[in-house]
Amino acid sequence: MSWTVFFVAIFSSMLINNVVLIRFLGVCPFIGVSKKTTSAVGMSVAVMFVMVIASLVSYLLYYLVLVPLNIEYVQTIAFVLIIASLVQLVEMFIKKASKKLYKSLGVYLPLITTNCAILGVAVANISEDFAAQYGTFPGLAVAVTTAFGAALGFGLIMLAFSTIRERLEAATIPEAWKGVPVALITAGIMALAFAGLGGIV
Amino acid sequence: MAQAKAKASNKKKDLGYLANLTKGFIKENPIFTFMLGLCPALAVTGTVETALGMGILVIFVLVSSNIVVSLIKGFIPPEVKIPSYIVIISTFVTIVGLLTEAYAPALHESLGIFIPLIVVNCLILGRAESFASKNNILNSAIDGLGMGLGFLGAMVLIGFFREFFATGALAYGVYLPLGVEGSIVNLEWYLLSIAVFSGPAGGFLVIGLLLGLFNGISIMKRNKKERERQKMIEEKKRIALERKRQKAMESAGGNA
Repeated sequence: MSWTVFFVAIFSSMLINNVVLIRFLGVCPFIGVSKKTTSAVGMSVAVMFVMVIASLVSYLLYYLVLVPLNIEYVQTIAFVLIIASLVQLVEMFIKKASKKLYKSLGVYLPLITTNCAILGVAVANISEDFAAQYGTFPGLAVAVTTAFGAALGFGLIMLAFSTIRERLEAATIPEAWKGVPVALITAGIMALAFAGLGGIV
Repeated sequence: MAQAKAKASNKKKDLGYLANLTKGFIKENPIFTFMLGLCPALAVTGTVETALGMGILVIFVLVSSNIVVSLIKGFIPPEVKIPSYIVIISTFVTIVGLLTEAYAPALHESLGIFIPLIVVNCLILGRAESFASKNNILNSAIDGLGMGLGFLGAMVLIGFFREFFATGALAYGVYLPLGVEGSIVNLEWYLLSIAVFSGPAGGFLVIGLLLGLFNGISIMKRNKKERERQKMIEEKKRIALERKRQKAMESAGGNA
């Protein structure tokens, strides 16, 4: 396994299969928390944090516990519980470790439990079957890299979209299109641009 | 007398059930009013049939999780409310996933990752938290059914536009075991079809355009009401003024 695998994993999950615009995961925070750039960046950092840890833990749980016990069908329940408790844990840890970080990320952490990007990436990592391609532990590295790339892609889109929306606030828009409708159409145009990247890797 | 009273209250209750059922259709539509459950609304509405299939799965999960949550609402301590709701919901999602894999494999294939993701559909957790945990079983089930039908309707509407613009046909891909082969409506408009609408960008565009349209309609209605109100106020003012004038004339006449 060469280093290009990791490069391809980051590049493809960040730009080509972008979580929000191509795979439609995490659209709720994408529309809900993108009115201001500062809150969009805060949300992206929190998502990045939880997504990488959740992928790591869920991968280990699947291959070290569920597969030996032959109970792969409880995957959904197990992953959701892991993510919910992980979010709680991360929240407690940040609260103890750094008051400043807690103040800026604290409000976004409970929202992450119902963020489908986290569960989606964790489930996709299993269904992509990295373990069969590279072996269980190298596969873990690829899965975590993919999750990191996906989180980077989420952050990139959140940043770009929130700056566009800040400008849209000042623009003159017909009353019926103000707010969410025009934001969705903007997102559609962004998705068109990203669809052009398809097929590079 | 008492019977009539009971009858009246019964009627009132029936009306309550009906209102409970229909509130999710338009007034509190989960997708177009609250923007809940946008991820599946964008991802699996490429064709009418996948949208319909997703809607049916969501109705099943929503109704059953609402019933169970309202059954055990007294036993759950408030600290672990959300995790226990999530466990209930994901149990039903697992059941639904296994059932579709067995009886509608084409649908399972095309919905893919979005079947396990029903768990994190904010609509279901939201109804469990805000409605089923406070109401009785029957009301919760009806609420789940109404909200689910509203979700299904919105999904099918989006799917209809996307599939029609992208292929010029309806029910082009067959995913549900309904016994229908091939397309139901085919206008042979493939030369005019816009392939973008079946892709990711089309989902955002169609939902944005539909939302704008609905906003426009509600704004027009509001303006019309406002104008009518203004007219009525003016009319009343005019009548009052006339009356005043008449009175003044009368009193002036009396003096003379």
